[in-house]
Amino acid sequence: MRSRVASIRAEVLAIASRPMFREGAGDAVPMAIGIAAWGLVAGVAMAKSGMGVPLAIFMSILVYAGSAQIASLPLIVAGAPKWVVLVTTLCVNLRFMAFSFHYRPYFAHLPRTRRLALSYLMGDTNFALFIRRFPEHVPGHEYEDYFLGCALLTYGAWQLSIVTGIIAGHGIPASWGLGFAGTMALLALTCTQLRNPSTWAAAVVAACAAIAAYALPLKLNILVAIAAAVAVGFLTDHARAARAGAKP
Amino acid sequence: MSPLEIFFTALGMALVTLLCRAFFLIPNQDLPMPRWLREGLRYAPIAALAAVVAPELVLTQGHLIDTWRDARIFGAVAGLAFYVWRRSLFGTIVCGTSVMLALRFGLGW
Repeated sequence: MRSRVASIRAEVLAIASRPMFREGAGDAVPMAIGIAAWGLVAGVAMAKSGMGVPLAIFMSILVYAGSAQIASLPLIVAGAPKWVVLVTTLCVNLRFMAFSFHYRPYFAHLPRTRRLALSYLMGDTNFALFIRRFPEHVPGHEYEDYFLGCALLTYGAWQLSIVTGIIAGHGIPASWGLGFAGTMALLALTCTQLRNPSTWAAAVVAACAAIAAYALPLKLNILVAIAAAVAVGFLTDHARAARAGAKP
Repeated sequence: MSPLEIFFTALGMALVTLLCRAFFLIPNQDLPMPRWLREGLRYAPIAALAAVVAPELVLTQGHLIDTWRDARIFGAVAGLAFYVWRRSLFGTIVCGTSVMLALRFGLGW
């Protein structure tokens, strides 16, 4: 048993000392302030739901999806049917499906259990940083090391802050506007993805659609926004290709 | 909900979340997909980010803000300006949040 622990420890230390792991962790450090602020806000929301500290921590560690947790809290408090909570979780998390689609070429060669383990660590921040660093899949890079460095640092910052928020609870007033730091972090990440006119069009359309459809139940406005942006992005691409074809 | 129900709901949420995150990574072979979807999905991540951010900036309790004296708008503009200037993620977060807090606590917006 002891030798097993020692060998795991040695493996963890070996991974942590790899250059790509360090680069990933380094890139995630500046985002940690946004993650931490948002984690605190989510933690306070969990505390105010009255589900109790142990359950709140259990949910945070297992689910590890801030927006989905916050969206599901009022439903849990109101005693909504379980399927409504799960469908809401699904709608808020559908964007992760798009992330997994993009990660596939980078991780498809790994064993399935490994892919599942990496999936659990996926998040908005890691994804945006990863795609900023590796816009195209070119064989020969240590993608997994970079992902792990980035994702584990984010995971640590998030769990530390959400548990702090859960325990501190009402000690952190909402008027501080801490959540805004999290919004600014996502805004900055959105900017990093604006690479060409098509991505601009997709972002603007998605933003407008998400606001216009905000009244929809189950956070379906995000889904509507993604569908609209996918259509517009595809069309602008083809319009540009057609125009380029017309003027050789 | 009772604590036991919340426990099982949390388990369900964890499973749903993991399935979403792993969706395209679970199969060993690439899923067959029409070309338009494959190309269109390239825009899904940026759309998702924009869709999460935009309502946070311009909606209050589900309603569009009806005053220009909203600290969040100026915070966001300041953050964006900083990003354009320096391309720094950390600077964008700090600058945007500081401007928002200054307006909220300084001017009571």
